[in-house]
Amino acid sequence: MPLSLPKDRTKRVAAVMEHASGDKRFKILETHMKRHQYKADALIEVLHKAQELFGFLDNDLLLFVAYRLKLPPSRVYGVATFYHFFTLKPHGKHTCVVCMGTACYVKGADRVLAAVQDKAKIRPGETTPDKSVSLLIARCIGACGLAPAAVYDGTINARQTPESALQQLKGWLTNGSE
Amino acid sequence: MCAKTLTIDGNEVSAADDATILDAATEAGIKIPTLCHLEGVYDIGACRLCLVEAVGIPKLLPACTTKVVEGMNVRTDTERIRKYRRINLELLFAERNHVCSVCVSNNHCELQTLAYNHGMDHVRYDYLFPKWAVDTTHPRYGMDHNRCILCTRCVRVCWHVEGAGTLNTAGRGARSQIIADLIQPWGEADSCTSCGKCVMACPTGALFQRGATVGEMEHDREKLEFIITAREKKQWIP
Amino acid sequence: MVLNDLIQIKERELASRKKYVLRCCMAAGCMSSNAQSLKDELEKAVAAAGLKDEVEVRGVGCLKLCCQGPLVQADPAEILYERVKPEDAAAIVAALKGGQAKVSQGDLNHPFFTRQMSIVLANSGIVDPERIDSYIAADGYLALRNALREMEPKEVTDTIVRSGLRGRGGAGFPTGLKWGTVAKSTGTKKYVICNADEGDPGAFMDRSVLESDPHAVLEGMALAAYAVGADQGYIYVRAEYPLAISRLQTAIKQAKQYGLLGSGVFESPFNLTIDLRLGAGAFVCGEETALMASVEGKRGTPRPRPPFPAEKGLWNCPTLINNVETFANVPAIVRNGAEWFAGIGTEKSKGTKVFALAGKIKNTGLIEVPMGTKLRDIVEDMGGGAPDGGTIKAVQTGGPSGGCIPAGSLDTPVDYESLSKLGSIMGSGGMIVMDQATDMVDVARFFMEFCMDESCGKCVPCRAGTAQMHHLLSKIVARKATAEDLAKLEELCDMVKHTSLCGLGQTAPNPVMSTLRFFRGEYTERLQPDTLGRPGTESAVPAGSRAT
Ligand SMILES: Cc1cc2nc3c(=O)[nH]c(=O)nc-3n(C[C@H](O)[C@H](O)[C@H](O)COP(=O)(O)O)c2cc1C
Ligand code: SF4
Ligand code: SF4
Ligand code: FES
Ligand code: FES
Repeated sequence: MPLSLPKDRTKRVAAVMEHASGDKRFKILETHMKRHQYKADALIEVLHKAQELFGFLDNDLLLFVAYRLKLPPSRVYGVATFYHFFTLKPHGKHTCVVCMGTACYVKGADRVLAAVQDKAKIRPGETTPDKSVSLLIARCIGACGLAPAAVYDGTINARQTPESALQQLKGWLTNGSE
Repeated sequence: MCAKTLTIDGNEVSAADDATILDAATEAGIKIPTLCHLEGVYDIGACRLCLVEAVGIPKLLPACTTKVVEGMNVRTDTERIRKYRRINLELLFAERNHVCSVCVSNNHCELQTLAYNHGMDHVRYDYLFPKWAVDTTHPRYGMDHNRCILCTRCVRVCWHVEGAGTLNTAGRGARSQIIADLIQPWGEADSCTSCGKCVMACPTGALFQRGATVGEMEHDREKLEFIITAREKKQWIP
Repeated sequence: MVLNDLIQIKERELASRKKYVLRCCMAAGCMSSNAQSLKDELEKAVAAAGLKDEVEVRGVGCLKLCCQGPLVQADPAEILYERVKPEDAAAIVAALKGGQAKVSQGDLNHPFFTRQMSIVLANSGIVDPERIDSYIAADGYLALRNALREMEPKEVTDTIVRSGLRGRGGAGFPTGLKWGTVAKSTGTKKYVICNADEGDPGAFMDRSVLESDPHAVLEGMALAAYAVGADQGYIYVRAEYPLAISRLQTAIKQAKQYGLLGSGVFESPFNLTIDLRLGAGAFVCGEETALMASVEGKRGTPRPRPPFPAEKGLWNCPTLINNVETFANVPAIVRNGAEWFAGIGTEKSKGTKVFALAGKIKNTGLIEVPMGTKLRDIVEDMGGGAPDGGTIKAVQTGGPSGGCIPAGSLDTPVDYESLSKLGSIMGSGGMIVMDQATDMVDVARFFMEFCMDESCGKCVPCRAGTAQMHHLLSKIVARKATAEDLAKLEELCDMVKHTSLCGLGQTAPNPVMSTLRFFRGEYTERLQPDTLGRPGTESAVPAGSRAT
């Protein structure tokens, strides 16, 4: 035992480790960290892997990563929140990503986004209260030739209009609370 | 160590080989305004208040991170620089909620002093009034995000002088904020050794002392052990 | 691997070529309109027609006319099929031996294709990016072999210097000069980094190069590493580009298997490892010092330069950092000689430039043209002008760091100097066309919002300045601003440009300044009288004349 931490922290770390031991995903993450020799510079790679496995990064997961890479938790949190690709909250059942890159913007992506916002009553980065739909924006998804583009549950859709977007949302939202 | 000579505001000045313009000016008694610079920790060139002109160099140079060059001719107080500094200070005031009259640091705030010195008696920009909280969970210190200018002096002393790594910047852009551990309330951030260095480092009223406290005389052996391991073994969690 | 092996692979590959080839675009644009199932159907159709020995269905990189995807090109007939549906597969296969398929065909004699000049994209749409043999058949890795076995590192650098190649990542810094500096820096460990962060929203050239010809980038990096004395390389690529990432992973694996990466490449003492590092959604990480912080696993905040990466880069070691397209030019230069490259383009801007043409224009897609090509030739001849009878109002280059060039200046040649004279920049190659319906103040506000969101927050002018400028622009768009607000905006542009720490802040005012320069009327017509009742047009109200 190298040192004793204040009781709460020790307890919390212990709880996280206990929880982790029963979850296969933590094992995969652990292998990934091992491949990077638990080096601090692998932090971003490790967070990518963690998000891929868990879908989002909650505090326990971040604490686990900090513990394993021997980093202050504040460093891990600081990095995780700097990069917009990382999400600290779970997404809804469906995701709607509206491209707001320049090409899409000049072709009316703002109207598509506004229509979705109005309909789902959420802003970009938010999830509907019933957790059915998350709305996100992207800065160019490389489909500029097909602008304006949107990604519905991982599938790129070309030449969107407010109507086509609402059509897509309809099925998702009626299954929810509306 | 050989020395270099240069001119600052018309004065011949000599400086150590690896000195910065700020070092050289300070030694010669010439005051260059700074905010993110803090003696004792490394410089990051972030606040941009110390920018100076050098004859023959088109770009403005941050005095705190630019090394002196033999024969360089530096101007620290031109009209252009004064104007930029003033705008910079106004931007800082308009960015968050700085209400000096009700601030704990009123009259001993570096930001306020700089504003006075630059004749900044009002802010021409619209205040953006973002919503920020005040964290008073720590028994001895408080953190008021409304008054933070994100100079990261607290973060740097926490990491590199105290070695605790409690504080850090999280988020980015205007939504950046100083956090403790995993964005815990400061009082629950158990890596904090309550050394108070961050409070001493803070140029504004963002970090403050909460009057005399009960915990003051309580010696925390565990904390001491923790900080030794953190510093020597670079290990923050057992 | 020695020269003979390369030659053998090439011969084997060429000998196995079939009479007919169906080249299916498998780059991201077409992939998003179902190119994968189209390719599967074509393969099935070939098998069904019993033509497996005669027809090759080859997945290739970008065929350039992205707006008409998915695209399939039939050889040797040279027919470009557009908007192909999986159902069309049988007809296309049937038409290989004569006859017509009832599928819309593109005009390969259109200036969009004929005015292109391919160096970087030479292999795009031709080689199979997932097979190294296909690249070797196009003389891939020959330049690396010749350099390692027949040239001194300094000769490689000199070749790049003489070619006049300049960085394609935005600033146009002379590439050879940069290599020379890193080569001269002392240090036992050196790094090369390929900047594939492509942050400009509305640009997809680098992505296309990586997806279409990943080995060219690897070979360019290897040549650079040899020239500067580095043995470790990183490619920093956006996580938003999963296809580019997987193609790079495949390419690295294949190159390692062939001994083209690793130790003792081409039986020389040269060693090189290349690893991928994924970006995570931060535009500022395209800035070189921020990128290096990110590779080190930190928050991607820039730091002041000097020291430059060439002296103190990754982990304080000398580091060479170049853009994807810059590296992709290198093998061709080493193969064909500096003089060949220097003979293309203008006096100060050599070679070609790839642009991602998009926005209010008929033909959107990827184009590569010699430096010095007039903007008008690009947007009117190649791009076909504005669609639906619209008129072109401006062309935006350089993304959030660039500017809007008005239609009146379309005769400007595309080179580094001419574009910056107009207050724009070459940038990485995004080119967005705007028509009469585009509101320029709103465009300026759009870019400012982008910069505000992407500011790392480290330095005050950029963090607080972009927020304040965005606020002022929003006020103008909403017709709530006065002439005084406009004056404040201009003053802030000047201040943020000159006092920000890194390129993001220093260039953030560009879109505002360029639209103010060419479309000032759109700003002033929305101004309101101020509280003293002075008119909303621009009178001589000095900024800050009134206490708030
Ligand atoms: C805010 C910002 C974003 C940048 N983004 C990119 C980018 O996405 N890709 C790139 O190659 N260079 C980018 N750059 C330029 C790089 O800092 C660097 O100059 C470039 O990679 C050097 O390569 P080159 O000499 O081959 O152009 C960016 C610069 C700034 C200031
Ligand atoms: S809390 Fe104080 S020291 Fe820390 S960043 Fe904010 S203003 Fe600077
Ligand atoms: S200019 Fe902007 S992005 Fe660059 S260091 Fe300053 S705040 Fe960060
Ligand atoms: S701008 Fe939307 S895909 Fe490029
Ligand atoms: S003191 Fe130099 S930039 Fe802040």
